Amino acid sequence: MAMPATITVKVQSEPFDVAAETAALTRGRTDVGALVTFTGICRGEENGEPIAALTLEHYPGMAEAEIESHVAEAAQRWPLTGAVVIHRYGRIAPGDDIMMVATASSHRAAAFAAADFLMDYLKTRAPFWKQVEKASGRNWVEAKADDDKAAARWTRSGGSNDQAAE
Amino acid sequence: MAIKLRYFAWVRERIGKPEEEVELPGGVATIGDLMTWLAGRGEEYAHAFENPKVIRAAIDRRHVKPQAAIAGAKEIAFFPPMTGG
Repeated sequence: MAMPATITVKVQSEPFDVAAETAALTRGRTDVGALVTFTGICRGEENGEPIAALTLEHYPGMAEAEIESHVAEAAQRWPLTGAVVIHRYGRIAPGDDIMMVATASSHRAAAFAAADFLMDYLKTRAPFWKQVEKASGRNWVEAKADDDKAAARWTRSGGSNDQAAE
Repeated sequence: MAIKLRYFAWVRERIGKPEEEVELPGGVATIGDLMTWLAGRGEEYAHAFENPKVIRAAIDRRHVKPQAAIAGAKEIAFFPPMTGG
């Protein structure tokens, strides 16, 4: 009988340990043949200007709910043995981790596709907002049209992703 | 009908508060109506909602479109396009 998928979703200010999180996806099971991980890291510059830090604001409650619903959708679309999504909020220094996605499956195609899907949806649907702190002041990061296009790849129509277009 | 409004990122900064309770007047039936009504409440609101096309909304923590009906909503949030990940 197939073991249930191991699903972990966390929204937290504290750092996370990618190695510990991915180890939990394979511990005690032998049906995992592929593990894909993605880590989003705070860059040290924006448009050639050094940045002091990023501050991530989030909508508590909705952030967790949105991520959970997308992880559930990924688990329906692909035969995953497990998934981890952790997204931090608060002040994050250059070089520090912002978020991670890990997907595990018996075969690599499902793990790669599910990780790609989750990243595209998190970018456009999870209620987080980045503010950049520089010597010249603070500014909110602008959403990229390319992120909306990337997310639209996964809808059946290939069109809108159920939110107002800009 | 009393309703809780929450604001995030630059919408919150422009309005100058993270949340408030408001009593909605009659005729405010959709998210779009609510943005129009809010924009008329003062300079800071007019600034926040000056380009309503870019503002995203959620009713009770679920994404909705501007034409969504707000009847029965407990909490409505307004925010810019998301930039997490």
